[in-house]
Amino acid sequence: MQFDPKRNYEDSRKKTGYVPREKATREVYDKYGFMSGLEVHQQLLTREKLFCHCPAGIYNKSDDFNAELIRHMRPTLSELGEYDGTALMEFKTRKEIVYHINNENACTYEIDDTPPFPINRQALEIALEISLLSKLNIVGEVHITRKQYLDGSIPAGFQRTAILGVEGEVQLPHKKIRLIQLSIEEDSCREISDVGHRRVYKTDRLGMPLIETVTYPDCATPDEVKEACDYIRFLNRSTGKVRTGIGAARQDVNVSCKGGTRVEIKGVAHTKWIPGLTHNEMFRQWALLQIKKQLTKKVKDIAGWRVNTVEVVAGTLQKKELLPGNNKIVAINLPGFKGVLSHFTQPGKMFANELSDRLKVIACLEKPNMIHSEELEPLMDEATWDKIKKQLKAGINDAQFIIWGDEADIPTAIETVEERCKMAFDGVPPETRKSLEDGTTIFERVLPGADRMYPDTDSAPIPLQNEYIEELSANLPSDIINRYKQLKKWNVPEDTYTFIFSKNLFPLMERIIIDLQVSPRFLGNFLGHRLKFTLGQYQTAEGFKFTMLYPLFRFLKESGLREELALRMIPELVQHPKMEFDSILNAIKFKRYTMDEITDKIPILIDKFAEGKDTVSETDLINFVMGQLRNMALGNVEMKALSDAITGPRYMDK
Amino acid sequence: MNNDIFQGYKGDALKVLQQYKVRVWGTATIDTTRGVFEGTVLPRAENDDDQHIVIKIITGYNIGIDVTTIKTMKETGYKKANYKIPEKEFPITPGLPKVKLFGTGGTIASRLDYRTGAVIPAFSPGELYGAVPELADICNLETEKVFAVFSENMGGKQYVSLAKAIGAEIEKGVDGIVIGHGTDTLHHTGAALTFMCQNLPVPVVLVGSQRSSDRPSSDAALNLMHAMKAAGHSDIAEVMVCMFGPTSDEYGLLHKGTRVRKMHSSYRSTFRTIGDTPLAMISRKEITPIKKNYNHRRNDKKVKILPYFSDEVTMLYYSPGMKPDVLDAMVDAGYKGIIFVGTGLGHVNKELYPAIERAHARGVHMFMTLQTIWGYVQMFVYDTGRDMMAKGIIPAGNMLPEVAWVKLSWILGQTNDPEKVKEMMLTPVNDEITLREPYNGYLVYQGGVPEVEEFIKKVHK
Repeated sequence: MQFDPKRNYEDSRKKTGYVPREKATREVYDKYGFMSGLEVHQQLLTREKLFCHCPAGIYNKSDDFNAELIRHMRPTLSELGEYDGTALMEFKTRKEIVYHINNENACTYEIDDTPPFPINRQALEIALEISLLSKLNIVGEVHITRKQYLDGSIPAGFQRTAILGVEGEVQLPHKKIRLIQLSIEEDSCREISDVGHRRVYKTDRLGMPLIETVTYPDCATPDEVKEACDYIRFLNRSTGKVRTGIGAARQDVNVSCKGGTRVEIKGVAHTKWIPGLTHNEMFRQWALLQIKKQLTKKVKDIAGWRVNTVEVVAGTLQKKELLPGNNKIVAINLPGFKGVLSHFTQPGKMFANELSDRLKVIACLEKPNMIHSEELEPLMDEATWDKIKKQLKAGINDAQFIIWGDEADIPTAIETVEERCKMAFDGVPPETRKSLEDGTTIFERVLPGADRMYPDTDSAPIPLQNEYIEELSANLPSDIINRYKQLKKWNVPEDTYTFIFSKNLFPLMERIIIDLQVSPRFLGNFLGHRLKFTLGQYQTAEGFKFTMLYPLFRFLKESGLREELALRMIPELVQHPKMEFDSILNAIKFKRYTMDEITDKIPILIDKFAEGKDTVSETDLINFVMGQLRNMALGNVEMKALSDAITGPRYMDK
Repeated sequence: MNNDIFQGYKGDALKVLQQYKVRVWGTATIDTTRGVFEGTVLPRAENDDDQHIVIKIITGYNIGIDVTTIKTMKETGYKKANYKIPEKEFPITPGLPKVKLFGTGGTIASRLDYRTGAVIPAFSPGELYGAVPELADICNLETEKVFAVFSENMGGKQYVSLAKAIGAEIEKGVDGIVIGHGTDTLHHTGAALTFMCQNLPVPVVLVGSQRSSDRPSSDAALNLMHAMKAAGHSDIAEVMVCMFGPTSDEYGLLHKGTRVRKMHSSYRSTFRTIGDTPLAMISRKEITPIKKNYNHRRNDKKVKILPYFSDEVTMLYYSPGMKPDVLDAMVDAGYKGIIFVGTGLGHVNKELYPAIERAHARGVHMFMTLQTIWGYVQMFVYDTGRDMMAKGIIPAGNMLPEVAWVKLSWILGQTNDPEKVKEMMLTPVNDEITLREPYNGYLVYQGGVPEVEEFIKKVHK
């Protein structure tokens, strides 16, 4: 029977047991042995960068730069005398790294032409506060370490980083997540483009103070990973000393399944993407384990497994779009890989993608410069394939991959294909993968190990005296879990918590409730729903601060007005934060009425509603009257009292 | 237990390690008032305090433990790091030029030194090949460690032994010589070797790195490739300094040993030719000459080695209001030669005159150079200049102050005759004084000026 890649893809998807996330239950994750941990990055709110005096948080557009420079990165030895695997791989890519420098936000330190200045003490202190909140064991002396990055994201080729504490924990409502460590580090460059052998970065974000909180793989479901991540972010924000906004907090998520390997998904910008990504990664690993089983059955001599290649004469590939021009074309035979290339790995992706992703990163070879024998939509006719298979002396169980490109890149490309195929016999290779918005991931680089660390010979160790740590401990904000419990006790609806914690509104709430006796449940709803809606609905003016809510409620209290009036005032306040509260009342045309003045209108409204109607539903009537009187009443009388009045015997007997 | 077991530890920290019998490189569990820490105990740098023990934790990071917080600790294993640059035999390729690399210390290839916490050089053809395999495509390499000192500790003794080593190597028929050198005094050595090794038949290339090779962005590997290329393949048979042109990893510049100067404490592109253009640009692919006139490579071995150096020469960097006792002290200390580094066109204040006269009467050789770095000494413009010349100070043209110091030291190693000394000082060996300064010999652009900004954006820094 003819081999059908599409059917093979579908069959392998079923065999892997893939279910969409919305259908996956806790049992599914238990069965596949889902395991996940986090590395949560958070920028600190400081005036200057971590190791130089450039301003932090001043960003520029990609085309706005004053100078450009070029570096090539070479792997070096770690402190323990080893070369790091990632480092060697990245050296293979022979990338030219280009930096665009803007004078406003980068100096000669960022480009590694000036040694570091002493560490930013403000940043260190914020990071220590967060370490203490994370219940970590604080080190006695901070040692700055260089962590190698050869992708060019840091011009020095290493990031300066230091551990502040180890072995801590974060309490979630139903679970405790253990922490491995927390480090303070410099943020990296932002990538502008990466095409072929040239990668361009800008240096505005480079060197900004960042912390990284690393958890143990304690999360057992995708939702739990998101919850843990949210809580760590809430904890960071509870200090009020971290940056917010796009890119200010980012996370890497580590995932494995039973029999799989730790794979790191890098740079997840939103926590809401975490469940989908981790779900798919679990199944990708499971699929790779299925492939391993399949291969070990088919291939007898695993240790001796190799690819064989032939050079293809230009013109063999007939289709116009495949014409490779002056490039060298090589066909690679993959013994025993029939049915593997089109094996399901992720939704919409198959094993062949594992090869093509690596080819782009390691050999700078991109689609369309490759085709293979199991494309879902064949790009080349059978006859040409047969000719090439013959040249390769391919067997019936083999698969083929054809690549073309610059002659200099071809040996690395062949090596890359062979290397990745060999890894398939072991199952899941340890990798860092880049997250995509559709919930799938692509290869980014080999997972780096502890070998890429090197002591920073340019920096002296920084002792942390007991008195200093004790002083910091004495002035910490309360734990998120205690705040969670307090909100519960206040009967604040749980759907408001995320907004309250992510905007760090709890301390403000606490003050308003205690000082001004505003109802906690009302205030929770006001913040988590009304304020959230208002911020999304209206243009927030510069100068609006959450702290303005305190004087707002104080004004209402002192003016003898009810707290509900804040619901009408808040859109004005958000748009015109400089306006006096009295003027806001004018702007929303608020007038003071007594209960009697309001209830006096009820008979007319009832008549108006009943006009021309044979029967009148009581609920509709009440809703109508309440609706008409709402603006008059809001702030003047309690709404419950008003509706009681409407339904009272005085009017309803009609 | 001997000290090596507790490498670098002293005082309280040493006592704690001894008390709990935990060695350096031992894996340990440490219970402290701040919680439990686990890791491998690392050596401690000599100048760090005695209040902390350094460990490497499982994630690869290093942390320090405050000894006053330690409740108890226990050694659970032992794992000594074997720090070694992978050594591979340097392949010999027929047809490639034979280049000799002299090691003097410096940061071309280096590794961590726990004693100081700094980096120390590693050096052998095998180690170099392990770190920079591309070298094998450029030349057939031999290496010899002449001595190992940090750049700032280089001096006359070292110049002399280097000059002799160069002579011996040329005698053996080498195609080019590279000298690995710390960058701080690279240009002093460049000048010294120019004077000591005259009529060179092959290139002698001094090279260093501004970023130690323990970092991925180091300029060491590329500088070394450029230097090997220049030594093995270039036609310029002079003493040259080969370092980055721009701070980008793009091309290097070959500077004359007598006209080059380190101009920035940390930039990669720190070496600049002063008052002239560099000899050539160099990349891994090609050598592009900038100067038309230079000494060409020859097949003979007729080098003249003049390994002389006096340690009785010093420099006087003038500051306004300087008192004569400074100069008197130098003379009383026995210095036979003094290089003045004067202001403007070559001036010092009148207050020094009696001291200058006294020095002259004692036979001290005095030459004037410039704080401005660029330009010529001109002592005729003002009376003070003429006064000083009358009192025995000789203007040294546009010779760089450091070069003048090197040259006078070299001359006083050979003669003390005032006329001979003056003649030798003012007769250039290799452009230490030039007859003309080309318009592009002085380029110090100012940032912020629109056309400069435009230029900087276009041309890689």
